[in-house]
Amino acid sequence: MANNDSIKKTMLVAVSLCFVCSVVVSTAAVLLRPAQVANKAQDFKRNILQAAGMRDESVAVEEQFAEITTRVVDLSTGRFTDAVDPDKYDQRKAAKDPALSERLNPDDDIAKISRLEKYAEVYLVEGDQGLEKIILPIRGYGLWSTLYGFLALDSDLNTVVGLGFYEHGETPGLGGEVDNPNWKASWPGKQVYGDDGGVAIEVVKGKADPDARYEVDGLSGATLTARGVHNLVQFWLGENGFAEFLDNLKRGEA
Amino acid sequence: MKTKELLFNPIFNDNPIALQILGICSALAVTSSLRVTLVMCVALTLVTGFSNFFVALVRNHIPNSIRIIVQMTIIASLVILVDEVLKAVAYDISKELSVFVGLIITNCIVMGRAEAFAMKNPPLPSFIDGIGNGLGYSVILIGLAVIRELFGAGKLMGYEILPLATEGGWFVSNGLLLLPPSAFFLIGLFIWAIRAWKKDQVEEPDFKMSANTVAKEA
Repeated sequence: MANNDSIKKTMLVAVSLCFVCSVVVSTAAVLLRPAQVANKAQDFKRNILQAAGMRDESVAVEEQFAEITTRVVDLSTGRFTDAVDPDKYDQRKAAKDPALSERLNPDDDIAKISRLEKYAEVYLVEGDQGLEKIILPIRGYGLWSTLYGFLALDSDLNTVVGLGFYEHGETPGLGGEVDNPNWKASWPGKQVYGDDGGVAIEVVKGKADPDARYEVDGLSGATLTARGVHNLVQFWLGENGFAEFLDNLKRGEA
Repeated sequence: MKTKELLFNPIFNDNPIALQILGICSALAVTSSLRVTLVMCVALTLVTGFSNFFVALVRNHIPNSIRIIVQMTIIASLVILVDEVLKAVAYDISKELSVFVGLIITNCIVMGRAEAFAMKNPPLPSFIDGIGNGLGYSVILIGLAVIRELFGAGKLMGYEILPLATEGGWFVSNGLLLLPPSAFFLIGLFIWAIRAWKKDQVEEPDFKMSANTVAKEA
């Protein structure tokens, strides 16, 4: 026991322990990776469905997601594009890839995402009368983290159907309340664009009048997260985001 | 000590939360919903059991100068393992637990038992001691979660038990119970109840308060 404290023994124990532990941890990570990726993909699809208010827990996610068409939009022209395959395109990766994204001018970058990808995926729900709902991916910085989520609009491309975030690292109980169903329920029915055509929807501090057309309640105790949500909604619906595309779509020219 | 004692003593006689006052942090954080609490209890019990087991296995070879780091490495690896398994098997719950699974690493119970018991005992009793302490932790946590979720949200496991007044029922919920500080009050009450039942746990006061001094003397 006494020689346990020799430098040689100490090094030996430290190195072998690290080796054994790292093998165990990395083996687990590699073996469980496929299941985790599948879970993540399913969660992504579930969130798209939930944002659109369509999720039915009794049906499998994959089955229900079959009702949704995924298309790719070129954000600079505001039109659909076939430049990339929607099944293989990873928008989040593209935002970090210099070939597929551009640096945003800091003045325009109200959502603090720093790089904007050229192509964005949009999810369309089509019924007998054409487009029923459209779900747009949105993201932006809150207080601690980037919030990733979806905003769903009705067929008039102006009325909110739902909003939800599938990934964020905000403080549980405060900023984390962006996941609170009661708060999310205050979004549907709000109008996005004002009469002048600008983005009018806003997250206000405190309680908004439930009948207000453009105002959504803030989150108490989470002013900065709520401001982040406000900014990211403004950004993605604005001219750098989907404004042009929605305009084209409205005129049937997308 | 006998196996039975090792396993059941930590539940009431030597409870990690109520007597050793360890692991309070997660007891405040996760107990606002019973479902999350149950997963946390299972995760913590397994981690404590196995970390005790592995620490005890190599206890005769651990150099004294790096023993805490060795224990932490073993604990951290196990916690990452649990986290990975949860992400693969129960994705929803792992999302809800988010940071708290990672925080098992810093849970004082795991570390405390490794240092206090597993460093001096053979693997099997250490494993049982870990499981026992995990159970002791679980008993308190489940108690907290039942009270907090039932009276704070009117639900258990997400199912409505007491219809809320805000949703057309009769039960006016106590919002404080959903906030972490309420767990402090409840843990205090639990400790009081256990010590009223098992008198030997009552600690000798460290000092005695003297009667109020009269103003002119002070």
